[in-house]
Amino acid sequence: MKALQKLFDNLKPNFEKGGKWEKFHTLYEGHRTIVFAPDLTTKAKGAQIKDATDLKRVMITVVIAMIPTLLFGIFNVGEQHFLAIGEDATWVDKALFGAMSVLPILIVTYGVGLLTEFIFCVVRNHPISEGYLVSGMLIALVMPPHIPLWQVALATIFAVVIGKEVFGGTGMNILNVAMTARAFLYFAYPANISGDQVWTYLSDKAPVDGFSGATALSVVYNAGVQNTNAVDALNQHNSVVGEGLYSLSNMFMGWIPGSIGETSTLMCLVGAVILIATGVGSWKIIVSGFAGAYVMGTVMNLLAVNEYMALPPQYHWVMGGLAFGIVFMATDPVSAAQTETGKWIYGFLIGVFTIIIRVTNPAYPEGIMLAVLFMNVVAPLIDYYVVKANKTRRLQRATV
Amino acid sequence: MSKIVKLKKGFDLKLVGKAPQEIANLASATTFAIKPTDFPGIQRPKVLVNEGDTVKAGTPILIDKAMDQVIYAAPVSGEIVEVKRGDKRKLLEIKILADQTITHENFGKIDLTQDRDALAAQLASTGVWPNILQRPYGVVANPADSPKAIFVSAFDTNPLAPDYGFTLQGQEKYFQAGIDALAKLTKGKVHVNVDGSKPAPAIFSGVKNAQINQFSGPHPAGNVGVQIHHLDPINKGEIAWTVSPVGVVQIGKAVLEGIYDASRVVALTGSELTKTGFVKTYTGANVSSFVKGNLNSGHVRVISGNVLTGEKVNLDGFLGFYHSQITVIPEGDQEEFLGWLLPTTSKLSFHRALGMFSFLNKGEFKVDTNTHGEERAFVVTGEFEKVLPMDILPTYLFKAIIAEDYDEMEELGLYEIVEEDVALCEFVDPSKNELQVLVRHGIELLMYS
Repeated sequence: MKALQKLFDNLKPNFEKGGKWEKFHTLYEGHRTIVFAPDLTTKAKGAQIKDATDLKRVMITVVIAMIPTLLFGIFNVGEQHFLAIGEDATWVDKALFGAMSVLPILIVTYGVGLLTEFIFCVVRNHPISEGYLVSGMLIALVMPPHIPLWQVALATIFAVVIGKEVFGGTGMNILNVAMTARAFLYFAYPANISGDQVWTYLSDKAPVDGFSGATALSVVYNAGVQNTNAVDALNQHNSVVGEGLYSLSNMFMGWIPGSIGETSTLMCLVGAVILIATGVGSWKIIVSGFAGAYVMGTVMNLLAVNEYMALPPQYHWVMGGLAFGIVFMATDPVSAAQTETGKWIYGFLIGVFTIIIRVTNPAYPEGIMLAVLFMNVVAPLIDYYVVKANKTRRLQRATV
Repeated sequence: MSKIVKLKKGFDLKLVGKAPQEIANLASATTFAIKPTDFPGIQRPKVLVNEGDTVKAGTPILIDKAMDQVIYAAPVSGEIVEVKRGDKRKLLEIKILADQTITHENFGKIDLTQDRDALAAQLASTGVWPNILQRPYGVVANPADSPKAIFVSAFDTNPLAPDYGFTLQGQEKYFQAGIDALAKLTKGKVHVNVDGSKPAPAIFSGVKNAQINQFSGPHPAGNVGVQIHHLDPINKGEIAWTVSPVGVVQIGKAVLEGIYDASRVVALTGSELTKTGFVKTYTGANVSSFVKGNLNSGHVRVISGNVLTGEKVNLDGFLGFYHSQITVIPEGDQEEFLGWLLPTTSKLSFHRALGMFSFLNKGEFKVDTNTHGEERAFVVTGEFEKVLPMDILPTYLFKAIIAEDYDEMEELGLYEIVEEDVALCEFVDPSKNELQVLVRHGIELLMYS
């Protein structure tokens, strides 16, 4: 420890004013404060002591909450691969296959994202903020398992620059950074992030006869078009690779094709428990998000002009990325509503809009991405009215 | 018509170094100081004495030329030894070397039957007046104003704060006289707010001529600003006054005895003091005689006041005018290997983020002055709201001050708060912003706009 401290101390003069790497001062500070919590003390006036929790600890908590989905996602990529090609494999094979496909994506999001962040910090002489710890992981988890890495890099750069840095960096962004990355790919390179072919990584193997890579969402969508019972369609789908691939319980567990981290509702709920227990994620947004989806699903049932609308609402909870989006994307405190009342409304409407987009819009089989981005934009409006109500209460008190 | 208010929001900081209720046997202070910087509202301070002059307790030594009817008096009798100035001749301290026995200026007993303005003028000339603070802004009150009510918080929920039932015992007569004088100064009520979670000390429960309200809950339930918010909130254009119980007793002594008696019982607290307890001294006492030779370690911070709202002073610095507490804690200027990551139960935290298990630790915490992180933009939301038991949206108010948006500051309730009300927000903020300084900045913008 002392040796490490000494190493930093020896490097320090180079980064100080007049040193040869003066411009990179912020990188030095950024790295030193990761290894050693800084020796800063409180000022002469104001609070003389400070809480032991800082932003680094808050952010790493979110990363920890995402680890279950990451590990499950790695394993599931292998599971789906061997299922699709009809080969038996040990769990070691599955995990290794998954890791070979997922880890490069993770390395690219962190590598490229942090580099972009560092360049901005150096140019603007900002301290390096911890926000990207979370964004980097999130971007990887919402990618399909076999996405070209250059696309990942491009999306990451776009999200960090246009989604965050142009607004002033962590804490200032309007849109969720990871959702911005995904939306960029969705509209720029739709062939690699939508349709039936990208959710199972086949590598160079051929799938078994009769295999379909369609996601649960597109299965129920087609059921709606063909007017066949949606639940039956789910249960019968892809029976060549096994019974009940899209059964309610299997989708809840997450043994289905999809983006790397989104498939398992169970693992998302584990993450939700971590976020709520540590107080880092807003339980109000999570609870109202799931409630909004359920309520809108029920409303669809009541209207039920086609079979998709008749789908029991609990299916909406476990299909697609709803759980992942609500637990990890909607709870991003910077882009969410910031008032406590606003959080209820914000979460609820994310759930509602997700179902509306899913069921009624043929262009977008999944609605959570657009619902979160839309509500990110609307959140300041919700807050505006909550804040206004507070001002009005104060004003009324004065005139009574 | 007394009110009972139960508050839920807030956070009690349990720290090592509580003072046992006994007078410690320590040398008494010999020098005292008046620091104009203790009074944020002072605009043009003017010193009325020169180095070498002798003064009595109650002799005027300082006025604010912007409000010259209020005098700031010498707390003790003795010799002016130094008028200390800083950059640009800013007045910092007026130091007095105290006599062995204190003599007082005698200006005669105060007649409470005289009319209100005459009473205010008389009190303003005795040295006790700066105890009366005005809300909004938290500055020394203007005797010409007529406040809508006067509020006295009779308990202090700040960390390691002294119990007024102990420090003011035997002062019942003076407390009552002080309340009687205050009641003359307002058209409204005088509110005495006691701790609802335990029986109030006799000095407060028996008081007449005032409304006694009960507040219970975690800190900041004892903050007078929070109490005002729940009793009779301050709207634009309204003025309320606040006085600490120590100030009420000083006013009472001026009324009954005709002297400015600045004596007070000061709590010595904090983990780095070998001997904690209470000492009898006067306003503005030099802290060195209580602290030197009484330390557990060499590298400490001496705080005049408590750890949330106090001010760092040197080892031979002086107690603030409004402070009845000295806290000594370790300086935290060391790096800590992976200090932001390792799980712990021994670090005090309001949050439960990764590895922060302090909520499991029911004992007392030893805290130092480390900030535990660098300053960042606001990221986490909803945490300030949990420690501010007022119908105020703190994040929006802070952002309005940062943006210097006058209308927003006003509409979001800056009239209702002063620094101490956001001290807990500043403590819990994971982004480590200096919110008390920010609030004072906002108040100054509104005051001088």
